[in-house]
Amino acid sequence: MMNKIQENRNHAQFDYVFRTVEERGVRLIRLWFTDVLGRHKSVAISPAELETVFEEGLQFDGSAIDGFSRIQESDVLARPDPSTFELLPWVADDEASGTMFCNITNLDGTPFAGDPRQVLQRNIDQAREDGYEMFCAPEIEFFYFANQENGLQPIPLDQASYFDLTTMDVASDLRRHTLHMLEALSIPVEYSFHEDSPSQHEIDLQYTDALNMADSVMTLRLAVKKIAIDRGVYATFMPKPLNGVQGSGMHTHLSLFSEGKNVFHDPSGNLSLTGQSFVAGLLYHAREITAITNQLVNSYKRINEGYEAPRYVSWARNNRSSLVRIPVHKQDKPDSARIEYRAVDPACNPYLAFSVMLAAGLKGIKENYELPPEATTNLYEMSRAEQKELGVASLPANLSEALDEMEESDLVREALGDHIFEWFLRNKRTEWNEYQRQVTPFEIEQYLPNW
Amino acid sequence: MIETLLVFPAPPPPELSQCLDAKGWIWKAINNSDSALTDQPDTGWAGGVIVADSHPKEALSLCRQLRQTENPLVPILLLISKGQLNNFEVNENLFDDFCITPFHPEELEIRLNNLFLKFGLGTQPDLIKYGSLVLNIETYQATIDDSPLDLTYMEYELLRFLAMRPGKVFTRETLLSEVWGYDYYGGGRTVDVHIRRLRAKLGEEHANLISTVRSVGYRFGQSRWGS
Repeated sequence: MMNKIQENRNHAQFDYVFRTVEERGVRLIRLWFTDVLGRHKSVAISPAELETVFEEGLQFDGSAIDGFSRIQESDVLARPDPSTFELLPWVADDEASGTMFCNITNLDGTPFAGDPRQVLQRNIDQAREDGYEMFCAPEIEFFYFANQENGLQPIPLDQASYFDLTTMDVASDLRRHTLHMLEALSIPVEYSFHEDSPSQHEIDLQYTDALNMADSVMTLRLAVKKIAIDRGVYATFMPKPLNGVQGSGMHTHLSLFSEGKNVFHDPSGNLSLTGQSFVAGLLYHAREITAITNQLVNSYKRINEGYEAPRYVSWARNNRSSLVRIPVHKQDKPDSARIEYRAVDPACNPYLAFSVMLAAGLKGIKENYELPPEATTNLYEMSRAEQKELGVASLPANLSEALDEMEESDLVREALGDHIFEWFLRNKRTEWNEYQRQVTPFEIEQYLPNW
Repeated sequence: MIETLLVFPAPPPPELSQCLDAKGWIWKAINNSDSALTDQPDTGWAGGVIVADSHPKEALSLCRQLRQTENPLVPILLLISKGQLNNFEVNENLFDDFCITPFHPEELEIRLNNLFLKFGLGTQPDLIKYGSLVLNIETYQATIDDSPLDLTYMEYELLRFLAMRPGKVFTRETLLSEVWGYDYYGGGRTVDVHIRRLRAKLGEEHANLISTVRSVGYRFGQSRWGS
């Protein structure tokens, strides 16, 4: 019975796509997916191919995609998810283009282990078996830089600061246009404002379920970059592009629902016991999941600099140096109970980042982890000895340390699956080793005059 | 194929249900205007057979409610007893034909067929209109002020469900089970997310087509039964 309903639903969704393509004169359908590093991949098909692709999938050689390579078989199938079908709002009507996110399968139809979207789907399914559904709302920061002909340089567009009224700015116009596009792409924006650093901006998305949100983050990154480039500006989600000013984070608000009720809610307005165990899980496994939430060499420049980026594994109600913030929610608004995980940066693969956060939090619930005491003082002002006394751990200081932590983690291996887990470690070790061999401008400046 | 006839009351008199079944009509019995809305098939009611001989007051008030809406229900066949004819006043357009009870099965069949011939075979609308919003059920396209609305499938389904039932307040749970189906996990929050997206796509000017009814749920368009 249920399969029958699902079948009808799928049928109606395919039909919906066919009819819309026909009625709106869609010329091109872009099939989107994501490599293991979280980079957007796109392959375009014509409407004539749509039916076959829905039925059989689109076969392609995965060996060219980062993290898709395998020893025996390199061909995989892209299977578009019709529920994600949208018309691209920035394309003129006579060139109408539609998009769909794809799941990647093996030729026999089984989920391909290297597909991050299905890794997240698997983690969501597991959470559902325990009766939980996670909702996410990220705050995505990024920089606009002047787009130069001769190579990229991080040159800020404006020197405006936090909440400055810069209505006449190119940046404001860009942001307004971007918000409009995001709404047209079914991505509701909660707030958008100018951040602390020059040319830095933030877009806060309204919560939705984890899979939808990961898709939205991918679409947002594409939309922000695309709209910027059309206006001769370069947008970047690089975590720390400028020295001496704060980097870009992707603080992510999380809440967990069971049978339609927010299980983080407690009538007192504090976090429920279930919520506390979830946070305890995040804290306990924080060092293991950091390589995934902060996957670049550069990510650790943001974390180490401090500002609003957490360096220590701690939680607080209102302390911006903490890894997890637990805001007090209104008693009459149980749905708004949530926690905020502040390590993540916008260069992560959102599918994998949401997967490991969900896995860590659920582990805390399943095993009844106990929440350590709140860090009420500013940890940055403490000596290392004082921190040690409080039992405060630091996040990994660099990518190498983060990879060491990840490599030892059963939780991360299980959440990502062997294929991605091992490929990621290999790929990132190489990245770290290449970085380690670089002679940096810092060294030239500091050492060349003196030695 | 005509589906589905609204039949009042529930259960209908056995001779009526037997007659409808024997002739292959597809029907569903309801007891009041609320279930006329909630039990309404996705494509809307095709017409109504209202038995007024046992509960004349309720039957006529139901006819009134079915007619005085954005999408009045036609055709309606009224079944009344001979005794009721004496003081029956026709001063409102509440039905399209009537039949005296106890009715003759062949007569009922001819009257129904005649009604559907007159009003067109089935009245399932291909278009749902509300103000400047138009939904084409056949092509899945929606327009507002004549410009197309680009919706995802679920946004379209949610809008269609609501626009077919203007004025009625739905809880998030009802919307979830009616629009998403029971195999969906997201809970009521998913409904909020989609309502928020729909409002954004309808545009500022039309966002209030969907109103939030505090601590109850959502309503499309103006209140229907004057509540």
